[in-house]
Amino acid sequence: METTITINGVARTFDVEPRVLLVDLLRTRAGLTGTHIGCDTTSCGVCTVLLDGRPVKSCTVFAVQAGGREVTTVEGLVKNGELHPIQAAFKEEHGLQCGYCTPAMMLVGTALIERNPDPSDEEVRWAISGNLCRCTGYMNIVKAIQRAASEMRHAAEGSTVG
Amino acid sequence: MTTTEVPKELSTPPEIGGIGHSLKRKEDARFIQGAGNYLDDITLPHMLHMAILRSPVPHARINSIDTSAAQALAGVVAVVTGADLAAHGLAWMPTLSGDTQAVLATDKVRFQGQEVAAVIAESPYIAWDALELIEVDYDQLPPVVDPRQAMAPDAPLIRDDKEGQSDNRCYHWEAGEKEATDRAFAEADTVVALDTHYPRSHPAPLETCGCVADVSPATKHVTIYMTSQAPHAHRTVFALVAGLPEENIRIISPDIGGGFGNKVPVYPGYVVATAASLLIGRPVKWVESRSENLISTGFARDYYMHGALALKRDGKILALRVSMVSDNGAFYADAQPTKFKAGLFHIVTGSYDFPAAHIVTDGAYTNKAPGGVAYRCSFRVTEASYLIERLVQNAAYELGIDPAEIRMRNFIQPEQFPYHSPTGFVYDSGNYPAALKLALEMVGYDDLRREQEAARAEGRLIGIGIASFTEVVGAGHSTDYDILGLKMFDSAELRVHPTGKAILKLGVKAQGQGHETTFAQIVANELGIPANDILVMEGDTDNTPYGLGTYASRSTPVGGAATAVVARQLRDKARKLAAHLLEAAEEDLEWEPGRFFVKGAHDRGVTIQDVAFAAYTNFPEGMEPGLEGVHYYDPPNMTYPFGSYVVVVEVDAGTGQWKVLRMIAVDDCGVRINPMIVEGQIHGGLTEGFAMANMQFITFDEDGNCIGSNFMDYLIPTAWETPRFELGETVTPSPHHPIGAKGVGESATVGSPAAYVNAVVDALAHLGVRNLDMPVLPHKVWAAINEAGARSAT
Repeated sequence: METTITINGVARTFDVEPRVLLVDLLRTRAGLTGTHIGCDTTSCGVCTVLLDGRPVKSCTVFAVQAGGREVTTVEGLVKNGELHPIQAAFKEEHGLQCGYCTPAMMLVGTALIERNPDPSDEEVRWAISGNLCRCTGYMNIVKAIQRAASEMRHAAEGSTVG
Repeated sequence: MTTTEVPKELSTPPEIGGIGHSLKRKEDARFIQGAGNYLDDITLPHMLHMAILRSPVPHARINSIDTSAAQALAGVVAVVTGADLAAHGLAWMPTLSGDTQAVLATDKVRFQGQEVAAVIAESPYIAWDALELIEVDYDQLPPVVDPRQAMAPDAPLIRDDKEGQSDNRCYHWEAGEKEATDRAFAEADTVVALDTHYPRSHPAPLETCGCVADVSPATKHVTIYMTSQAPHAHRTVFALVAGLPEENIRIISPDIGGGFGNKVPVYPGYVVATAASLLIGRPVKWVESRSENLISTGFARDYYMHGALALKRDGKILALRVSMVSDNGAFYADAQPTKFKAGLFHIVTGSYDFPAAHIVTDGAYTNKAPGGVAYRCSFRVTEASYLIERLVQNAAYELGIDPAEIRMRNFIQPEQFPYHSPTGFVYDSGNYPAALKLALEMVGYDDLRREQEAARAEGRLIGIGIASFTEVVGAGHSTDYDILGLKMFDSAELRVHPTGKAILKLGVKAQGQGHETTFAQIVANELGIPANDILVMEGDTDNTPYGLGTYASRSTPVGGAATAVVARQLRDKARKLAAHLLEAAEEDLEWEPGRFFVKGAHDRGVTIQDVAFAAYTNFPEGMEPGLEGVHYYDPPNMTYPFGSYVVVVEVDAGTGQWKVLRMIAVDDCGVRINPMIVEGQIHGGLTEGFAMANMQFITFDEDGNCIGSNFMDYLIPTAWETPRFELGETVTPSPHHPIGAKGVGESATVGSPAAYVNAVVDALAHLGVRNLDMPVLPHKVWAAINEAGARSAT
């Protein structure tokens, strides 16, 4: 069946079987392989994308359910050739090792900062508790998200003042 | 012989970024933009997809397999069974530990999840649909799920495929001296014994295993993209399995989403996909589901261990006696040094100086998934470290000596290195008292013991656990270490381009360890070329020198050494070029990072970039042009990282739940090349140690069903449960490694489980509790508290 999804700001139309998962559509039809697959049971969270701004695990969403809605993937974080503050912060704080959980962690982080511009250690940990990481032990991921929050607060203050 | 030049602290400026700089990682640029290239991201033209039918039962004879309905499904290109493979001599393959393993079952299935048939189809959805249409008729046989039962004389024979195999013994291996150990036990004031099970675990990297096999119908050239921690060794195995000419096989290991030992073995899926591509003439992709990964690929641990320490009253250890039975599943399938049947388990004497030990190990075949992989550890060091650290802790309780003090009384002293252990290791260097002392200071040990007493008086259960581990990594010298005969050297090829930029090609293969940054820093340190000007390439067998791969913390000890040596060789040539350019004698030149200059005339010099250009444009007559080299490094010894960890927990007596209040980790991995990356590795290892102590295990019911076949049953800690870590460091360089480094990727997984468990046991020690097997689940703790209460009431 035909479905139109706005992916990273661009409306795209696909003819898909109803059973096709959103993660498969993103990876194989839209060519966006930054969204990964790790468990098939909504447990690990590496397939997380933003659906209308909220994190969802795209292995448990049918592609057609995203019809008429907006999906943001890791490929949508760079704006005008500039890294998103959360991308810079993950590098700066060594918030990644193998990189497999990273796109999802960053997207969850941006969604958290959106509603809580100054999250505590516990608030970050709770927000990312649906996302597994096997490499980092999470400490540097938490720091990275807090650093991004801080950068974004300062940028917002700067633009208000300016 | 290679000389060790321990780099002075930050001997290069930040713009060069040599050893000691916490350089931000070069590989991050692609990962943070979703531009990594993992196996499943690879799509080739006309590519087909493969799915594997697996046995639902653990032990059964196969009567028949009917694939006709699956063959008839639209979009199915082929269905492959063991019989099809047998026709090509491919039904069985060798394993990296010298055993054999069924590729697709022909006679029997031997574990739940074993590969029985494969469907190759136009899409993965169709391939999975077709699996449902395959009918297999099984005659079930009694399963054997406990290795101790497997060794019983009347146990059903699992490996009836192996000629001469009449029981379920997989290996028997001993180390140390029995007579000396018996004598020491006869002289002991006391003996402290412990029986413990180190449960079955699975590395479970977030990316599962898979491959894309692409055999050209025209040239028969085989390219296999594969989640491989050891692509060169895997290529050789493929050449041996399939009888293909090795120069026609290219293995490319792309970005890997975590390995931890899971991506060391050769899996049946790789072989079937390659055979299918060869027969069909199109590329074939196979990617495991998570359940397939957890039920069929290399698990770890599953050791039943008995240990006993012979002690003097003052706490001095006289000897150690260990017997162990390991559960190796249906096929012994992990990479294993040929000489050491139980891996390096005989490092079990740990950080302590005593003259006698005797270790008896037996491996058993069972109807469980094949493997025995070293999950984030160097060939069973994890189990060994756990046993000795648990034993020493219990000895402290029995003798009434503080657990920190008993360690101090028994440590190998700094002046005893190189230390010859009673089981045959030669420890290279260490300062164990310093590491423990620092950890105790960081945690405020004496105050903490007083707080523990005060808390007990209030009915609160606080526990302090210590582990002072010693690892043995960096396999290894060719006299002792080989896998299937392949000596465990590793290699580095370095080419400096005319513009002074360089490419470094390695035989090892990162899975998140940051090699692209760390190894560039080693070259930067030796040659003065900025690390950011050095491209590091790994994982392509056509374009990198031969090596045994990345596991057992061997990349820095072996591949890192090869890198330093080849860079030094190039510096020697660069000196000749510089002498030519400066019209000076070589011996009149001095070196500073990135520059040669004439002694006494600092401004008369040439940079390494000038020299590189000259290597291609202005070299002396008779000199070979270019500035490149390759070095294969055969390490003279293993390296022995160590550390001391202290964990503080609070146990809830009502529920048995325990919470980590503090986790202090002092690691000594010799010289730290990139401290930021080292600390990241330690964080990860401490988390996996916590996982094993707290929640992470795979078990089986008595019928051989795997309990733990998905991430809802096989629990991995999230950020919410994971403790916060406080890190400390001491630096004792390896005396035989070119830059004094030892390797760190696994220290924390090896050292920390005992620290966590010791902490929970310590919280209950005054109740007489001496053991809690991992994972220390709340119900076990609750039962231990209540049994202790019942004991004291009677």
